[in-house]
This record gives sequence, C-alpha cells and structure tokens, in this order.
Amino acid sequence: MGNFGVKIEKFIKTFIDAEGYKTVLEGLQNTLIIAILGLVIGLIIGTVIAIVKVLPRYKRTVRIFQKICDIYIAFFRGTPIVVQLLLGYYVLFPLLQIRISGLWVCVVIFGMNSAAYVAEIMRGGILAVDGGQLEAARALGLNFSVSMAKIVVPQAMKGILPSLGNEFIALVKDTSVASFVAVADLKYAFQRIGDGNYEYMVPYLVMALIYIVMVLLITAGIRAMERRLARSDRNS
Amino acid sequence: MIEIVDLKKAYGDNVVLNGITETIHDGEKVVVIGPSGSGKSTFLRCLNCMEDPDGGKIIFEGVDIADMSVDINLHREKIGMVFQQFNLFNNKTVLENITLAPIYLGCKKVNAAKRKNFGRKIANVFRKEKKELLPVADKKQIKQDATKKAHELLSRIGLEDKANEYPSKLSGGQKQRIAIVRALCMEPKVILFDEPTSALDPEMVGEVLELMKQLANEGMTMVVVTHEMGFAREVADRVIFMCDGVIAEQGKPADIFENPQNPRTKQFLDSIL
Repeated sequence: MGNFGVKIEKFIKTFIDAEGYKTVLEGLQNTLIIAILGLVIGLIIGTVIAIVKVLPRYKRTVRIFQKICDIYIAFFRGTPIVVQLLLGYYVLFPLLQIRISGLWVCVVIFGMNSAAYVAEIMRGGILAVDGGQLEAARALGLNFSVSMAKIVVPQAMKGILPSLGNEFIALVKDTSVASFVAVADLKYAFQRIGDGNYEYMVPYLVMALIYIVMVLLITAGIRAMERRLARSDRNS
Repeated sequence: MIEIVDLKKAYGDNVVLNGITETIHDGEKVVVIGPSGSGKSTFLRCLNCMEDPDGGKIIFEGVDIADMSVDINLHREKIGMVFQQFNLFNNKTVLENITLAPIYLGCKKVNAAKRKNFGRKIANVFRKEKKELLPVADKKQIKQDATKKAHELLSRIGLEDKANEYPSKLSGGQKQRIAIVRALCMEPKVILFDEPTSALDPEMVGEVLELMKQLANEGMTMVVVTHEMGFAREVADRVIFMCDGVIAEQGKPADIFENPQNPRTKQFLDSIL
C-alpha cells in the first residue's frame, strides 16, 4: 500500500503544483459544452424528426421526408459515435469547406447523433399524448405546427423526461471519445496528467469518480424537474 | 350558414357517409340522432373538416371548405367544436385554455397586417396613388380583451374561481362547460357538439345541457349529435335521424318522436325510449 501512497502524492503534485487542475478544468468545460449543446441540438432536430414521423402519410412529400428521417436514424444509430466523429472531422466539414475547430465538430456531430435517439424517444412521447388534444387545438383554428408546439410537444416532454435524462447521461459519457478529433475533453486531460510521469493509476481513478459525480448530479437534477412538472397535472 | 352537398366519406371499403345533402340555416338548432355506427359523428366531424370528406362539398359562408386548397384554419376559427372527451389542454390552466387561441390568432393577424403594411409603405414610395395602410390592432389590447372575456364567460358559468386551476382538478361537468366556453370565446358562427354528455357521470349531464339550452335561447347556431332525447325534444328546431350513412328521416322533433314515418326510425326510438 505504500506504493499507492506514493502514487497519490505524485498525482497531487502534478495536479496542484504543476497546475494539472487547469487542464482538468478545461477538459471538464469542453466535456460539458459538448454534452449540453449536443443535447440542445439533439432535442431540436430530434423533435422535428419525431413530428415528421408522426405526420399522416397520405401526402407524397410527407412519405419522402419520412424516408429521409428513417435513413438518418438508421445511419446515426447504426455506426459508432467515433466513426461519425472521424467522418465529420475528416470528410464532411472539409468537403463542405467549413473550417471549424474540433470542439465544434464534436458539438455538431454529438447533436446529430443524439437527435437520432431523441427522435425515437420523442415519437413515443407524442404518440402517448391523447389524440383529442391535437384535435381540440386544430378545431380552434390553430395550425398543425402551432398545435404541436404549444399543446402536444410540451405534454410529450413530461412523459419522456426520464428517457431524455438517460440520453443526456449517455451523451456525457460518450464525450470521452472527443479526443479522437483533437479536443481536450475530461479523459484527455487526465491522460495528459498521467503522461507527465507515466503514472496512470490515480488519474484514471479520479477521472472515473468525476464522471460518476457528474452523472449523479444530472440524475438528481432530472428528479427535481420531474417533481416540478408533476405538480401541474396531479393535484398538488 | 352551412350547405352540405352530396357528402361522402369512407374508411377503406367501409362506407360511412353515403351522399348527404343538407342545409343548416342561421340560428337553427339541429340535433342528429341515430344508432351507433350510423355515421352521425363522422358527419359532424366532416363539417369542420376534422375528417376530410372523400367527396361532395361543404359550403360555409360561401366557401367550399372541403376543398383542400382552402386554408381550413381560417374557417375553423368560426366553427366551434365541443368533444365527447372534453379535450381541455392538460398543460394549460383553465384561463389559458380559453384565451390561448384568441390571443395567438389575434396576434398572428396583427403580425400579418404589419408585414403587409411594411410592403405597402415601400411600394407607396413609387406609387402615384398611395394605397392605404391596414389598421393594426394593439397586441396588449387583444390580450386584455381575451382575458376579460374569458373571465366574463367563466363567471357566467360560475367557475371564475377555477381560472388558474389545471383541468385535472375539475369534474367532468366543469371540464365540459369550460370546453364550451373555450369554443364561445372565439365568437363562432356555429358550434358543433359531438356527444357532449356521453362521457359524463349522470349527475353532471344536467349542468352541461342547461348551458347548451342557454346558448340555444341566445340564438346560437348549433349542430348537436346526442343521445339525450329530452334535449332534442325541447331545444331542436329540426331532428335528423341518420342510419347507414344516409339521412333516413328528418323533421320537427314532435313529428319525429310522436309520429316517425321510417320503420328504422321507429325501431330506433322504440329501442331507446
């Protein structure tokens, strides 16, 4: 065990004296940026896809859009996130002649990836809302998109909040592959600290701890949100 | 008010409406009765195109709203609808339920007018004869008016204290009366009732029917699908008996109930009375 004590001492030395915590904070920041912005993008695109998928099918354009959405979902659920990141960083953005840093590539790709999952979750949520809600809104003269935005989607959100929480947790953990496209995320930061003196045991343990704490915090946050939303429909 | 010409509707091979021609006049109260599966609900839901008709015309204020190229939303504002399952918006308070559509649609019209005025202002620079600008209402005023009206309507049905409650806290009868008020707040030309009392506990049917009677006395045009024969007898100007997707018989309530001509009407009335 004496050996382990030395390792901890070494880690503390690099972490505090050699300002390793700055690298970690930067990594944490990047991880959170990717996860949060990714979820926001995912929610927006995912909701749109979900709505397209629940549209009545008798118009041809609708069927075409639905096919496109199916292909989108098949691609993003059928390939590993690392592959999508590499394709985005080395193929998609260079081809489009867009020059953005790896961080923003990550944000976009993680957003598009989570959109595929959010779309399926959201579709279930929308189908679970009583069809009469949409009918009532339409009967008042509101058009389809407004009825969806004001009445159906907010109610769907309430039902799918736990699943969305899972998606966010998965997203936070998935960001650990961001270093594939030269982004200094949390995992990369601890790898750097370990690289400094070839001592990886303690840094990686601390890294795992930080991930767990983040996930626990998110879980608690979602619980609180669920309780607040439940207040409006159950008798408080 | 509403002119229905040869209305047809089928789900696959199942023909639900088989050529209905009918006129609903201004201020008329029409009650539609008939056995289940006779197409009476579908008929009602075709009147505001909740179900798209497969054939025929529905002429409302001179416009064929069954035509897919017509902006149906504009016409639906003037056709209120009350559902069997109330369908109050669960994520909105009672007050929001009532004011949501009037405020949103009012503000939308203001925005459209503003856009149009902007275009006209620019075009007027080059015109010799200036075009007049459209009047633009004040959005705050629209909000205030709608809220005030909602409160008035709520106090009329004695539920003003529920304005900030969510629908889940209300009884069925209260929900349905608020649903009627929600339709009223749009100042519709006609209100369609789709079995408004069928999902209610028996002791709450009375309060809803009472409100409907009040509306009838005020001269509102109403089309009601219902099983409440007492209501039909008392309020209706005309009773329509539907069977197998067609109007089998119609006439004054007294004639239909006392002296039905069609054997199917007789059979139906015998079975329920």
